[in-house]
Amino acid sequence: MKELKYIKFDLSAKDVSKSVLVDLYKTMLMIRMFQHKIEEEYPKDEIKTPVHLCVGQEAIPAGVCIHLKKDDYVFSNYRGHGHYLAKGGDMKALVCELYGRETGCCRGRGGSMHLIDVSAGLLGSSSIVAGGVPIATGTALGSLMQKNNHVSVVFFGDGAVDEGVLYESINFAVLKKLPVVYICENNFYAVCSAQKNRQPLDNIYKRFSGCGIPGYRADGNNVIEVYKTAKKAVNNARAKKGPSIIEFRTYRWRGHSGGESDVSLGYRTQKEMDCWQKRCPVDNFASFLLAKKIITDKEIESFKKIFNEEINNAFEFAKNSPLPQKKDILKYVYF
Amino acid sequence: MKISFDWDKKSIEKEEPGFEHKAEKNGRRISYIAALHETFDQLLSVDKRIFIMGQGVDDPFGMFGATLNLHKKYGSERVFDTPLSEEGLTGIAMGASLVGMRPIYMHNRPDFLLVAMNQIVNHASKWRYMFGGNINVPLVIWACIGRGWGSGAQHSQSLQGLFMHIPGLKLVMPSTPYDAKGLLVSSVLDEGPVMILEHRWALKHTGCVPEQLYSIPFGKGVIRKSGTDVTIVGVSYMIIEALRAAEELKKDKIDAEIIDLRTLKPLDEQIILESVKKTGRLIIVDTDWKTAGVTSEIAAIVAEKGFEYLKKPIKRVASQDTPTPASNVLEEKFYAGMNEIVAAAKELF
Repeated sequence: MKELKYIKFDLSAKDVSKSVLVDLYKTMLMIRMFQHKIEEEYPKDEIKTPVHLCVGQEAIPAGVCIHLKKDDYVFSNYRGHGHYLAKGGDMKALVCELYGRETGCCRGRGGSMHLIDVSAGLLGSSSIVAGGVPIATGTALGSLMQKNNHVSVVFFGDGAVDEGVLYESINFAVLKKLPVVYICENNFYAVCSAQKNRQPLDNIYKRFSGCGIPGYRADGNNVIEVYKTAKKAVNNARAKKGPSIIEFRTYRWRGHSGGESDVSLGYRTQKEMDCWQKRCPVDNFASFLLAKKIITDKEIESFKKIFNEEINNAFEFAKNSPLPQKKDILKYVYF
Repeated sequence: MKISFDWDKKSIEKEEPGFEHKAEKNGRRISYIAALHETFDQLLSVDKRIFIMGQGVDDPFGMFGATLNLHKKYGSERVFDTPLSEEGLTGIAMGASLVGMRPIYMHNRPDFLLVAMNQIVNHASKWRYMFGGNINVPLVIWACIGRGWGSGAQHSQSLQGLFMHIPGLKLVMPSTPYDAKGLLVSSVLDEGPVMILEHRWALKHTGCVPEQLYSIPFGKGVIRKSGTDVTIVGVSYMIIEALRAAEELKKDKIDAEIIDLRTLKPLDEQIILESVKKTGRLIIVDTDWKTAGVTSEIAAIVAEKGFEYLKKPIKRVASQDTPTPASNVLEEKFYAGMNEIVAAAKELF
């Protein structure tokens, strides 16, 4: 592999062990490969649900979820495959959901934008921008009342920062010192609307300081930075020191939905895309790990082989799984 | 910490044939507010998962007295004031419900629920279905419909038609102190989101209420007064108006049957259809607007399933299709009540 040096990884902190570095890489690689498989399958029109891929943003779910325990809670949004997989959600159930199968994580009632795996602490994802933000704040309230040490984490984009409910939630979380971490994946676009056309100041991480919440900003393509920043916030929450907000700056390589680049639409430039693709979170980190002799090419190949098999198996399983029965359309509505 | 709860005292009501509970005719008579207060108190006492939140639940008004001083007894962790962030706090209450708590989020007026529609409609009501039944949302939302004294367009809305439209949301509208207690208990025990809409003017009444906790099943209406000539169906405060109208109609030898549905979702279609089969005439009453509302829905159900029972066209008595005016003279015109029900009934004969 050609050596890439577009991201500077700082390993001066001794707390990042070799196994952590490898785990971070593996999670990113798995999410990347999983999405490439969707890109490959999506044009066949067998996945009949809008997919929102996080290609280019893999460092954030990997670097955040590594700090979470199984019984910590994660809420996600419509771009949620990465969060789901990084938190340990069942891959087969996710693929089955994409194919609208009864074996899906939502039994085919949710689709790509609604993923759940209660046993992995994934309590749902909303496709309404910022929709999961107050709900995650509420699970943190539940943890406070039940006097357990579960941490709640919610992922959202820069678009969610436009929504008033983020302010409402942060205000309450600080008021009650709730164990919740707000993670903004700032990819600079809400569908095709640029952040600069929606927000007067580029300061998401400190916009809520008036509520008294600590805010951090880090390079969302640098998994070590993500890891360190998230660690601080998650530890604070677990130590009952209250909530934090983190702004991770990153970039979406694909269109808002679908499996292809949308640069041709004209709302962003190829130059901008190229610049961010050079800063690929997965390849730059692989290059770094190789240069530092933390992993070998052979190991990377073996990871790829394992994930490839797991992913292919999941897709194969999904395609052969039963569809929901029409008679069950009203099942799961209350009453 | 594992949160314990003790539901040994719970009993399920079997039937309730009259306006007040048959077995309680000579029982303890208390006010509607006292019934609510007692129920909240008992619920907090038997079930540690339950907590009450809402703007003013711990203030000197105590939500019309329904939660007065409960924060002193159960602590500010379980009965607490909230920021005026209805959308955020609805999501927060919902989140707590996902992890085993039983929140009761109280609002002075349903008008403020409109600020929280995203969390109520897009999230709480859909969460179980959207996730294939993998998770429950045992959340109770409580609000009290205002009326009179120039409350105006934004403090006296009856929004049950709007909420009845939403799959996944149960809608409870009690009319008596007895029902207020039993339906509140059922709401808290339910695994899904339940909205309780009280009516400020029903809160003025007293009734017989057993001391122990009991729950009234959802989707089971009750005949408040049996009759043979015309069926009057509704919920909440309009039942009181209907009972008054029935007294008035006796003078004209019209014997009205009054059906209190108690819950709009689930809806007891059977009790309506059986009554209409008997009387052949139907008046649907509601405090909400007429257009695309509760009265429209019930009329449609009877038209679909009981058309052959009808001797006369269905009558609807509801509020006029306008925002609530403030001036007393217009306000009187806006609301329909006993007089309008009597007039509607007379037109059927």
